Amino acid sequence: MTESTDSPPRYSPLHAVHVAAGATFTDFAGWQMPVRYSSDLAEHHAVRSAAGLFDLSHMAEFEVSGAEAGAFLDHALAGRLSAIELGQAKYSLLLAPEGGIIDDLVVYRTGDSDFLVVANASNHDPVAAALADRIDGFDAMLRDTSDETALIAVQGPGSRAILEATAGFEAPGLDELRYYRAIEGTFRGERVLVARTGYTGEDGFELYVHPDLAEAVWTAVAEAGADKGIVPAGLASRDTLRLEAGMPLYGHELSLETFPVQAGLGRVPAMAKAAFVGREALEQGPATDAPVLVGLVADGRRAARADYAIYAEAADDAATEPIGVVTSGALSPTLGHPIAMAYVAPRFAEPDTELSVDIRGTRLTFRTTTLPFYRRKKD
Amino acid sequence: MTDQSELRYTSEHEWVLVEGSVATIGITAYAAAQLGDIVYLDLPAAGTVIAGGSVVGEIESTKSVGELFAPVDGTVVEKNAAVEDAPELVNSDPLGAGWLLKIEFSELPELLSLADYNALIGE
Repeated sequence: MTESTDSPPRYSPLHAVHVAAGATFTDFAGWQMPVRYSSDLAEHHAVRSAAGLFDLSHMAEFEVSGAEAGAFLDHALAGRLSAIELGQAKYSLLLAPEGGIIDDLVVYRTGDSDFLVVANASNHDPVAAALADRIDGFDAMLRDTSDETALIAVQGPGSRAILEATAGFEAPGLDELRYYRAIEGTFRGERVLVARTGYTGEDGFELYVHPDLAEAVWTAVAEAGADKGIVPAGLASRDTLRLEAGMPLYGHELSLETFPVQAGLGRVPAMAKAAFVGREALEQGPATDAPVLVGLVADGRRAARADYAIYAEAADDAATEPIGVVTSGALSPTLGHPIAMAYVAPRFAEPDTELSVDIRGTRLTFRTTTLPFYRRKKD
Repeated sequence: MTDQSELRYTSEHEWVLVEGSVATIGITAYAAAQLGDIVYLDLPAAGTVIAGGSVVGEIESTKSVGELFAPVDGTVVEKNAAVEDAPELVNSDPLGAGWLLKIEFSELPELLSLADYNALIGE
């Protein structure tokens, strides 16, 4: 997690819109971002059943361009980014030389020799530093475009129909755009990168626009979706949505101390490619007893939350040594029972293993399960 | 809806309605809004002897866990079974149907007036 600093809070270009909508704000990586507008649960359910509108303008963006842009990214990141096609997106990892995760990020190919790297807001500085450090010797340019990029996500089963009905918005090919692909669109003639990506487990789109355009885009999408159930959705619902979808969050499931394989991301690094930062460490791998990420489910309504200790036996026993720790947990709004992600010693990771979680002094039985907890029905 | 000015308040964002020797307690609208959607309540059963200022229950929202402090010394005479079944009542009607406990007490500690409480939360 990012420590709060003394620097003044940063505001999204949509801040006034959020205030007008009655948002409650929270500090996130130094930004004042909306945590909810009305109700976390209502926003969560709206995304699962209709659509939600998210402001993600705090996220970090970097443009990489030049003849060796792809080769640079292949060296700097764990995936084979040079191999993605124009308009394709790929989830990747930025690793430390020691094999831990500096950030998880999404890379888009926006031109033959142009890429857009989207990183977590909390990791803006370490990502900027690592990329700048690793570009030496490559015929490529790195530009931090975070301040000139606003990001609006439209997520939920109704999202495509809403974008198609958005006044002033044009995106030829939207109806054929596949998951993890992006196309160029326009809003009132201004450029918009339209990506079919997201972090909610639903179908949805992410719109990269200039900050000057953000308010008009937000308002137009909200108006187009008004009769289709769209609601503005804050970080609280984003967290329960991504947890149900089993998506890791940096600072919770991912950290500098985590090897990709521990987090279930062993297939993200392209071990067949030439040298990349962190490769030697990955070949060594973590210790054989290093904890691994699992899902946990329970009956009842009491949620296991981040940092709660996990014990080997079911709840009525009294083991004293924890065998794991919860990294994220909530009462799942969609499923109606507690869900959590947790790191446990590998011998307890088999699905359907009964464990217990110490919930503020009371041990309750949880059962390991595979991720995700929730998978949307494909249409 | 209860008249807010008839209630007393604590700095832990609880309200207290005194009727004879029984105090009905709940959390304020401000606290309910800060917590977000409340999804689970753990309340002490009738007969539980509680000490003022101690933690006697938990209020879980989607995002966090809040503690319920006893505003008075006494004995729980009733907990609100309706809010255990439907925790959202605390959000929708924190001063009414979302009450939490009735506590029989012998002595009432000093509590905040509505004006004092509003000053505390900056309203």
